Amino acid sequence: MTISKLVFIELWKRKSQLITGLLAITLGIAVIVAIQSVSVVSEQNVARNLDNLGANILVLPQGASIDDYYTSDIDAPTLPMDYVERILNSTIAGVDNMSPKLTRRVKVGDQSVVLTGILPKSEIASKPLWQTSGLTGAQLTTACAPNKTANISHGLEDEKLKRKAIDTLYSDDCLAGSQVANRLKLRVNGRINIMGKEFKVVKILPETGTVDDDRVFANLKDVQKLLKIENQVSAIEIMGCCNAISEGLLSQLRNILPDTRVTTIGQIVSTQIETNHLMKKVTLVMLIIIFFVGGISIGNYIWANVNERKREIGMLRMMGADRSAIYKMFLLKALILGVAGGILGYLSGTLAGVVLGPYLAGIIVKPVFIYLLWSVLLSVAIALAGSLFPTYLASRFDPHTNLQED
Amino acid sequence: MMLQGENILKQYHHKGGVINALDHVSFTVEKGDFVTVTGPSGSGKSTLLLSIFGLIRLSSGTIVFDGRRIDNINDRQLTAIRKISVGYILQGFALIPYLTTIQNVMIPLALEKVPGKEQVKRASEILDYVGLADRMEHLPGELSAGQQQRVAIARSIVHRPKIIMADEPTGNLDPSLSLEILDFLKKINQENNITIMMVTHSPVAAEYGTRKLHLNDGRIIKSKIVNRKS
Repeated sequence: MTISKLVFIELWKRKSQLITGLLAITLGIAVIVAIQSVSVVSEQNVARNLDNLGANILVLPQGASIDDYYTSDIDAPTLPMDYVERILNSTIAGVDNMSPKLTRRVKVGDQSVVLTGILPKSEIASKPLWQTSGLTGAQLTTACAPNKTANISHGLEDEKLKRKAIDTLYSDDCLAGSQVANRLKLRVNGRINIMGKEFKVVKILPETGTVDDDRVFANLKDVQKLLKIENQVSAIEIMGCCNAISEGLLSQLRNILPDTRVTTIGQIVSTQIETNHLMKKVTLVMLIIIFFVGGISIGNYIWANVNERKREIGMLRMMGADRSAIYKMFLLKALILGVAGGILGYLSGTLAGVVLGPYLAGIIVKPVFIYLLWSVLLSVAIALAGSLFPTYLASRFDPHTNLQED
Repeated sequence: MMLQGENILKQYHHKGGVINALDHVSFTVEKGDFVTVTGPSGSGKSTLLLSIFGLIRLSSGTIVFDGRRIDNINDRQLTAIRKISVGYILQGFALIPYLTTIQNVMIPLALEKVPGKEQVKRASEILDYVGLADRMEHLPGELSAGQQQRVAIARSIVHRPKIIMADEPTGNLDPSLSLEILDFLKKINQENNITIMMVTHSPVAAEYGTRKLHLNDGRIIKSKIVNRKS
């Protein structure tokens, strides 16, 4: 017999009370886990959708305006292609995708089109992109930058060709915006002659309602050679992590690219930041509510248990159990409830998320195993915090008064 | 001398006044004594019993136990003395309802951190001694009142204390069971030379004492020593 064994026996022999005690904390943890599990997938979806809005940072030549970027004037200033390498070789964190572009308005027959040279992703040297690891690293990454598999339809497979790097675009191939294809009567696998060079149209892009509809996209190197502006680009579009932007990514870019104009596409950035903040606030509010509700429930349960066992506590104190033994009795019980509640809460919360996610939120929720650890830690913290005061009072009980009660 | 109290004063403050629950009580107990403390309700006999080992703190006075002054030591030290040297028997048995008989008896050994096997061995021996060898796995609720009190007695002696403090141990029992328990306490006292200090309001129980203290209004008004083998 030990105090620990006494606790286990008491728990086992009073199963109905154990279940009651477990219920509150299990439900609390289950709610958090379910909400978190759904939130993670929702965040991934939101992040993917926001990512599809395109780049949120523009690196323009010094003196260039946003108008220059969109109007693609023939004499619009350019910046060196080396700047891409400079960003890639830096230690700046928070750069997800990069897309250097050279854009010029050119004549095709009697029609004016905007020729845009884009660098396929496969031609950009690989670099460890923005990653924040840690216990919740994966979640944080997806909150701002989709993971490798979350947004694989870049490039030719991308129906809308948003402003970002594409995977492959071979020399002599081009993509045509819907408007320009209509005007020039282009078709897939047809040919287009631009400034004396033949390009094969590999894709007609669907209408987007943006300037992209009037553009013809070709490999950046071909366009640079054609326009005789080699190793120069009009702009570098960057998909930056919104958190990193708010934490000074722009000034870091300005430091390594001093003779450029680094600007953000404010609406995208603010939407991303607001979305992330909202998600975090909702989770925080839930955590606080569960912490207090769970703590009070467990505290109430332990207090009821203490009152029920006054005679037992009194007798133990009389027989020589010191206050630490009383603390051990009730805090160990709270610890067991916390661990069990955390595990059960994680299992039931995950199950609820997996089962209800597709019905309620239209998303497929997968178990997040790291939440098991967090669930147990949170549950134990709640249980111990809720039990501390009742246990303190139990340790201060006057033994003989409690023994003389009946 | 096993236990000595001198000028013990215990005052309670009540409705602006002071009540002397123990009013300059002095006594001595020798090793092997069977002390009975009698007196009417409210005379202070239970207060005396509980105050000796610090369950009620004294207002003044000195208590010496086994050659050591214990009225001025802290709660932790008193708890340690109770754990090792004192066994308590109470009127309501105070058994833990969800533990079996043997588990209840093992508790004082658990508090002393006696190894598990040794606990089982000693608790079994004691339960055999009190005639409950066949009730070891029973819960208290499955035992009669007399059996429950014998479990409580077994629990009070399993850790081989120097003194047993019994507060109305037969208060909840009918006369025949009371005699059985009293005889058993006498047996423990005589066979194991364990000192017993027993509070009782029963004249029959008081006759078992070899040293008899009678209290009234917090004072010892009669003290008598009789032949302890009688």
